[in-house]
Amino acid sequence: MTAATDKPRLSRTHALDLLKHMVRIREFEGKCAELYTQEKIRGFLHLYDGEEAVAVGVIPVLEPRDRIVATYREHGHALVRGVSMRTTLAEMFGKQEGCSRGRGGSMHLFDRATNFHGGNAIVGGGLPLSVGLALADHMRGEHNVTACFFGEGAVAEGEFHESLNLAALWGLPVLFVCENNLYAMGTALTISESETDIQRKAACYRIPAEAVDGMDVIAVEAAARRAVHAVRNSGTPYFLECRTYRLRPHSMFDAQLYRDKAEVDAWRHKEPIVRFRQWLETNHMIHPDDLARIDVEVAAEIADAVAFAEAGTWEPVEELTRFTHADKAA
Amino acid sequence: MPAQAAEAGTVEVSYRDAVREAIRDALRRDKRVFLMGEDVGRYGGCYAVSKGLLAEFGPDRIRDTPLSESGFTGAGIGAAMAGMRPIVELMTVNFSLLALDQILNTAATIRHMSGNQFGVPLVIRLATGGGRQLAAQHSHSLEGWYAHIPGIKVLAPATLEDARGMLWTALEDPDPVLIFENIMLYNMIGTLAPGAGPVDIAKAAIRRPGKDVTLITYGGSLWKTLEAAGQLAAEGIDAEVIDLRCLRPLDDQTFVASVARTRRAVIVDEGWRSGSISAEIMARIVEQAFYQLDAPVGRVCSAEVPIPYARHLEQAALPRVLGIVAAAKAVLGRS
Repeated sequence: MTAATDKPRLSRTHALDLLKHMVRIREFEGKCAELYTQEKIRGFLHLYDGEEAVAVGVIPVLEPRDRIVATYREHGHALVRGVSMRTTLAEMFGKQEGCSRGRGGSMHLFDRATNFHGGNAIVGGGLPLSVGLALADHMRGEHNVTACFFGEGAVAEGEFHESLNLAALWGLPVLFVCENNLYAMGTALTISESETDIQRKAACYRIPAEAVDGMDVIAVEAAARRAVHAVRNSGTPYFLECRTYRLRPHSMFDAQLYRDKAEVDAWRHKEPIVRFRQWLETNHMIHPDDLARIDVEVAAEIADAVAFAEAGTWEPVEELTRFTHADKAA
Repeated sequence: MPAQAAEAGTVEVSYRDAVREAIRDALRRDKRVFLMGEDVGRYGGCYAVSKGLLAEFGPDRIRDTPLSESGFTGAGIGAAMAGMRPIVELMTVNFSLLALDQILNTAATIRHMSGNQFGVPLVIRLATGGGRQLAAQHSHSLEGWYAHIPGIKVLAPATLEDARGMLWTALEDPDPVLIFENIMLYNMIGTLAPGAGPVDIAKAAIRRPGKDVTLITYGGSLWKTLEAAGQLAAEGIDAEVIDLRCLRPLDDQTFVASVARTRRAVIVDEGWRSGSISAEIMARIVEQAFYQLDAPVGRVCSAEVPIPYARHLEQAALPRVLGIVAAAKAVLGRS
């Protein structure tokens, strides 16, 4: 774990918040997997198990006015950002009470109220979008930060390079957050990139970059503070590579033929929740009561979200084509 | 099109001038509007449409981009989502394929997919069409493809009034609008009323009324079709010419009503025949006016080849006046 001296702001309350955010995502997604086997949730379901420290380390550092562009593995980002668990789960059920009216599903969570500009299921597709959001802020002189999350698989896309170049060339306030979990679906980084040290690629575009242990929530948060501060003050981009690992399969259909169980087990020892909890215990920052309280609160929130999603309603089929274009002004 | 003597109070302009004036007007009216694309600034635009605008509006609003079609089209989408009103110029429709992911997967989907939380009030301008011996990677007419996509509007200004007037209306639309400018029209000279301004972008226009056959077309083919109608008139055939103006949504009502009157139709489309917008129009005529038809609907399209360089081959590949006249006569049972 990062030395405590690096993070003067780590109060007990804050530490417990971080822990709770991660537990909340983990437990929520555990429930989602269960609901998937019950066929309450359909389509693709990509879980964030093992990567929670990235969203939890970065997103609370942002301000409400800042913007987020996420990927198709974005339940955690939405929850940490403040999209309610109720509307997130209702969306995955396909109910009209869902955060995208049931039109998007797991991969397309949107929430205007929190500037959550969507899960995006085209790998790399969110990067140009984040450049444009930041361009609008830049042209209006608004000092917002756009945080763009993407996996290391996106680095192979042309849009990654186009977007980094545009953001640097035009001086745009984008925080690029690469969630490097080592696999683009089943394709290992080592067989897809000639340069596997991802953060080095940012240097080609003169974007300051750093890599951080993405399994260490405190390290991620410390790096995110530096990064967000840099972007907001300079109005120019910053690149943060979070080195992490997906402990579960890519989606619910993945037999994981491409990696050894031993590799997964090795990473399991580094997984962010147990690791952070143990560190908090070692440093006497947490009581068993705290853990019990978090578990109870999270379980209650999940039960409430499931009840909300179950009680949700189907959008009338008559509305199928509505919002292909904006409704005509009355 | 020959230069016409300017009537009192009108100004003589080219299609290029009309588009430029539309952009200038939009930039003046609304500070959220900006133009971005390859060589739009210092070069003045590949087809000189934006010449002079950089000096007038500066590099922030006349924004030269790197050759990153997907990147800057996506940036236009993001800026539009965040409240700006970008005009993205894609140098040719062939290059737009590099941005197709952003146009289809993001711009066209996001309002529906987000449950109406986000919209993309973006305008994309594209040069389209053949006729300048630019060969098979610069000469195609893919507007019919784009018209396949729900969530966007597709415009094809053929006249100076539409070149001048469609842009502002498109910018006021809360959703993405693609404007296809046929490269053979840029040098077309004509007169424009000094007060020429925004026009509707929903209705097709009858450019030449007639009673014997309906010729349905759009964009660069309009002028060939009107010329064909002139030749047909000399042979006693009174053709009605419809300019679709908007390829998505299609104004069925106007062309179906026309076909119901004339009972015969020929579609002239610079796109390829198979799976084309001409096929869609034909389908709608059959769906809605089948019992009014006195003859099978005819079509004049581009030959199904990559548009070749050599002039005689290129001309043979594109719709021609001769072919339009022949097709019209064929549906009338005349030779």
